[in-house]
Amino acid sequence: MINLLLFPIILPFFFAILLLFFKEKIKTQRILALIGVVVSLAASLVLLWKVKTDGIQAITLGSWPAPFGISMVSDMLSVLLVTTTLLLTLFIVIYSFTSIGQQRERFFYYPAILFLVTGVNGAFTTGDIFNLFVFFEVLLMASYVLIVLGGEKKQLRESLKYILVNVISSALFVITVAYLYSVVGTLNMADISVKIAEVNQPGIITVIAVLFLIVFGIKGSIFPLYFWLPGSYSAPPVPVLALFGALLTKVGIYAIMRTYTLFFVHDIGFTHEILMVLSILTIIAGCIGALAYFDLKQIIIYNIVIAVGVILFGAAQMNEAGMSGAVFYLIHDMLIKGALFLLIGIIIYITGTSNLRKMGGLMKTHAPLGWFYLIAAFGLAGIPPLSGFVGKLLIVKGAFEAGNVWGSIIILASSLVVLLSVMRIFIYAFWGEPKMELPKTDRKAYLRLMGPALVLVMLTIVYGVGTEWLVPFMTDATDVLLQPSIYIDAVLK
Amino acid sequence: MELLMAILIGVLFTAAVYLILSRSILKIIIGTGLLSHGAHLLILTMGGLGGTAPPVLADGVTEFADPLPQALILTAIVISFGVTAFILVLAYRAYAVHKTDNMNQLKGNDEHD
Repeated sequence: MINLLLFPIILPFFFAILLLFFKEKIKTQRILALIGVVVSLAASLVLLWKVKTDGIQAITLGSWPAPFGISMVSDMLSVLLVTTTLLLTLFIVIYSFTSIGQQRERFFYYPAILFLVTGVNGAFTTGDIFNLFVFFEVLLMASYVLIVLGGEKKQLRESLKYILVNVISSALFVITVAYLYSVVGTLNMADISVKIAEVNQPGIITVIAVLFLIVFGIKGSIFPLYFWLPGSYSAPPVPVLALFGALLTKVGIYAIMRTYTLFFVHDIGFTHEILMVLSILTIIAGCIGALAYFDLKQIIIYNIVIAVGVILFGAAQMNEAGMSGAVFYLIHDMLIKGALFLLIGIIIYITGTSNLRKMGGLMKTHAPLGWFYLIAAFGLAGIPPLSGFVGKLLIVKGAFEAGNVWGSIIILASSLVVLLSVMRIFIYAFWGEPKMELPKTDRKAYLRLMGPALVLVMLTIVYGVGTEWLVPFMTDATDVLLQPSIYIDAVLK
Repeated sequence: MELLMAILIGVLFTAAVYLILSRSILKIIIGTGLLSHGAHLLILTMGGLGGTAPPVLADGVTEFADPLPQALILTAIVISFGVTAFILVLAYRAYAVHKTDNMNQLKGNDEHD
């Protein structure tokens, strides 16, 4: 099964193409989309097991020897992210059955989701820097469709900005790859790593490292470059927002983590210092945003920005605790953001508004929603048995080991702000007396929306409680990140 | 030759930045087009402009052009065409709905709706 690592990319692509033929048949679309995601998820689980038992899987397309053909590499980090992506997509697709509305379903909503997943999984799996750009474009194209689908006034306005930002950052990506190619003369990521180690990272490579940080920083929304995110992400409907919030920024983070652990590891004092400072500023900026708004969507969107900062801060430490904390927190954040957005979507569905000031007293009518929201909120902030805790603990431990005491204090303080910002939603939406007559909603639809959201929340609980069981996987992922030679050997043999 | 290309790329980027900073959506789109063309030429230049023969490998051929930048450009051009077409359609729709192509009037967030 040498092609196994291509299945999580090809299967969603295949089903997306298949779905294009059933534009008007919504039932068929739903069933096919569900089958597509489930089959891909099964393939990615098999791949996960394969990587766990046999080590890194690599394939070079067209049977060219490794530095010449395009490599696809599945190490533990990428396969974990691929599996989490498909898992989330499964829940979001089920959630969409009820919430997205037939109008959007009829206009290629499910194919767009599957194309997006193709791009995301491809970006996680590829071992070629230019191919990374291509998969970025695949997922961006799908995200353009998803963000504008429906054509509401607000969507058109925000998607225009979203697309322009991404087009410019893509051009910058091409430019950066061109510079890198002119210096090292190769595009294979393992080979680049070898070549940079040979020349011992002269100044020009450090410049390229910073350019990469800008490019991926725009996509992953780090501090000065996250300006587009709050506006653009609030435009599309909730399932799309969940997909974007959980997946898209994480691709940027993954790319930063990959390049900054595989390529640019010879001038850590400069590149990783910048990364660390920017990640702390990202956390602070995100905290300010999360406290500033009285809008459900905006509060959680700014929590994405905070999480980006926390993960990159862990990755910037370049020691074992910090790095495995970053991997832990990355997966945790994908799951918990997905769960929170789905729950927020239910609150918006019930109340018909996303303005916190107009809500109140939901606990009396929708108690289970309140309790599960509370669990998800605690998980996000990192209350001990829940999933955010372990990652943050490891990140802070890594930071103390590396001597970055102030950074860890800011991370710990940010947990309180995160808790405060999500508790504010709980207090305003669920406590007190109802401030307005709830619009009439379908009880059955509410229950159907609750299903996937609850299972996802429970998964995050399992992820937190089952940490012990997950440690071997995380150790494998961390080892690859900290010892590039493992990755290089697997690709170049 | 490399110097000439560098100047050309610089001019393209300058024009692109100027156009992107303007207010009209159409000008911005033309700007992004120029930007991606500049990026494509940059790939070509960065791969080295040397080589007199096409990259067909045979015994005794040592002076051949690097095929990789050309393959990269081809991919990047196709992508940028696709994206440009998409933005043009989107800009048209946005113009039809918002009745303006002035970016200043498309500012704001939820509270302004």
